[in-house]
Amino acid sequence: MNNGWAVRCERLVKRYGDLVAVNGLSFAVPRGECFGLLGPNGAGKTTTIEVLEGLLAPDDGLVELLGLTWASHERELRQRLGIQLQETQLSEKLTVRETLRLFRSFYTRGPSVDDLLARVDLTSKDASWVGKLSGGQKQRLSVACALAGDPDLLFLDEPTTGLDPQSRRQLWDLLRAYQAGGGTILLTTHYMDEAQLLCDRVAIVDRGRVIAIDTPAALIAAHGAPRVVAPEGSLEDVFVALTGRHLREE
Amino acid sequence: MAVDRGGAHGPLVELTLARLRQFVREPEAIFWTFAFPILMAVAMTVAFPNRAAAPVRVVVADGDGGPDAAAAMRRALTATPAITLRTLAPGAEARALREGEVHLIVVPGTPPTYRYDPSRDESRVARLVVDDVLQRGAGRSDPWQARDETLQVPGSRYVDWLLPGLIGMTIMGTGMWGLGFSITQARMQHLLKRFLASPMQRRDYLAAQLLARMVFLAPEVAIPLGFGVIALGMPVHGSVAAITVVSAAGALAFGAIGLLAASRARTIEGISGVLNVVMLPMWMLSGVFFSSANYPAAAQPAIRLLPLTALVDALRVVVLDGSGLGAVVPELAVLVAWTVFGFAAALRLFRWR
Ligand SMILES: Nc1ncnc2c1ncn2[C@@H]1O[C@H](COP(=O)(O)OP(=O)(O)OP(=O)(O)O)[C@@H](O)[C@H]1O
Ligand SMILES: [Mg+2]
Repeated sequence: MNNGWAVRCERLVKRYGDLVAVNGLSFAVPRGECFGLLGPNGAGKTTTIEVLEGLLAPDDGLVELLGLTWASHERELRQRLGIQLQETQLSEKLTVRETLRLFRSFYTRGPSVDDLLARVDLTSKDASWVGKLSGGQKQRLSVACALAGDPDLLFLDEPTTGLDPQSRRQLWDLLRAYQAGGGTILLTTHYMDEAQLLCDRVAIVDRGRVIAIDTPAALIAAHGAPRVVAPEGSLEDVFVALTGRHLREE
Repeated sequence: MAVDRGGAHGPLVELTLARLRQFVREPEAIFWTFAFPILMAVAMTVAFPNRAAAPVRVVVADGDGGPDAAAAMRRALTATPAITLRTLAPGAEARALREGEVHLIVVPGTPPTYRYDPSRDESRVARLVVDDVLQRGAGRSDPWQARDETLQVPGSRYVDWLLPGLIGMTIMGTGMWGLGFSITQARMQHLLKRFLASPMQRRDYLAAQLLARMVFLAPEVAIPLGFGVIALGMPVHGSVAAITVVSAAGALAFGAIGLLAASRARTIEGISGVLNVVMLPMWMLSGVFFSSANYPAAAQPAIRLLPLTALVDALRVVVLDGSGLGAVVPELAVLVAWTVFGFAAALRLFRWR
C-alpha cells in the first residue's frame, strides 16, 4: 500500500564539497504519523529535511512525498506541503494578520486568516508587528504560515528551540490538533522529552546516517538502560548507548 | 473562476502590499525618497534664482589720473544699470577676479586699461559693456541705435536643462537602492528561501517589487517639476500623459536593473558595491550635469544605449520641447529593452537562499 506513505526516502546522499552531510539515509513515514529526526548538531537533520522539501537537490537517492516526486509534481507538492524553516525571520514591520494574508494568498485552499489566527492563539495579537512578538509567538506565527494551505504533510525544523516550557507546550497542543485532523508531521528536535511526548516514531541520525529507528518506547526498551538522565530510561540513554556520545554536545 | 484565497487577495497584490507596507513603515526610507527631490529643488532655487540678466561686477582702480579721474569714471559707470560697482582692498584684485567676485577691473587713463580673464564669459561681457559706456562718454558718436527685440527662449537656461536630468537620476537612484536593499535584506533573513518553499510563483515576487516601486513615482517626479515651475519659472510644455509614460518607463527599467543587481548579493556591502559600479558610469556619461556630446563621437552609440541617457533625453524632449511620445520612440525602446532584459535575467539568476 504504497499510497499510505507520506514520506519515502531511500539512500539519500548530500555532499558539501568533501563533507558528506547526508550519507545514504533511508526512512519512510506513513500518513497520519508524527515522525521525529533526532541527532546532535551537524548530524544532517536540516540537510535531510531540506532535500525532502525540494529546496536542496540530493546527490543521490530517492524522495517521494504523498506518492509524488519533485520532478513530476512540483506545483502540486508545493500546494500540499507545509514548511517551517530553521532560520527564517519573517518581516518585522508587517503585522501578524498581514503576514498570514500574504502566505495564505499563495495557496489555492486552506483555512481563513481568522481561523489560522485562532488555531495558533494569536487572535489578540493580529494587529501587532511581527518584530514586537515574543519568541514563542513568532514561532507559532511561523507554524501558522506553514499551515496556511491546509497541508497534508508538515515539515518543522526545530520548532521549539529556544522556547520557554509554556510556549513549547502551546506548540505541542497545536501540532497534536493538526495531527488529530489527519495531518502528517516530520520534525527535528534536540529535546528528548519532546520527541518522546510528540512523536509516534523517531529516527536517530548521526553523521548523515540513521542509526536507529522505532517508537520511542521500543528504542528505550532495547537500548536505554536507565543510566543517564531519567530513572525510567530516555532517548538520551538510547543515543549514548548507540554512539557513546551525548545527543547535545556540551 | 475564483480561487480560494481565504479572504486574501491574489499573491501578486499581497506581495506588492507587503512591500509597500514595509516601505511606509520605514521612516528613514520615506524621508529620503521625498526629501531628496525637495532638497534638490531647494538647492537649485538658491543656485539659479529666476531673474533677469545679472549686472556685471566692476572695480575701478586708482590709475595715473589720481583719485579725481577714478571718481569721474565711477560716476559715469554708476549711471548704467547693467553695471554694479564694487570696491576692493588694495592687493585683493587677483583673488577677487579668480573667485568671480568681480568680473572686470578698470584702470583709468587715456586710454583706460581693462584687467580681466577672457576665458570667462561674464568678464568678456563686462568688458564690452564698460567699454561701450566709456567710449560714448568720451564723445564717440554712434551711427545708429539698434532696436532690441528680446526673446524669452523657453527652457533654454542651464537650470531648465538640468532639472529633467536630476529627475532621471532620482528615478534611477530610488529604483536601484530601494529594490536592491529590500531584496538583499529579505535574502539575509532567509525570507526568500521561505517563499521558495511555498507555492509562490517566483515571477510574482519579482513583479511585485517592481509594482510597489511604481507607487511612489508620482511624487518623485511631480515635486521637483512643480518646484521648477513655481520657483524657477521653468516652462513645462509636455503633457502630463507623456511625462508619466516616460517616467514610468524609466522607473520600470531601473526597477528591473535593480532586481538584476540584487539577484545574487548576500550582504548589504555586496549590494552597495554592485549598485555603485552600475550607477557610476551613468552618472558620468548620461548627460545629467553636462551634455554627453562632450564625449567622443565613437562613444555616442554606447552612451545612447545606457538607460539613464535614454530616460534623461526623453524627459528633456517631453518636458522642454513639449513633444509627444512619438518623438521619443527610440528612447522608450531602449527603456523597454532594459526592463525586459533586467527582469528576465533576474528571474534566471536570482538566488533565493
Ligand atoms: N551550505 C552548506 N555548506 C557547507 N556545509 C554545510 C552547509 N550546510 C550544512 N553544512 C554542513 O553539513 C553538516 C550537516 O548540517 P545540518 O545543518 O544538516 O545539521 P543539523 O543536524 O541540522 O544540525 P543542527 O542540529 O545544528 O541544526 C554539518 O557538518 C554542516 O556544517
Ligand atoms: Mg539543523
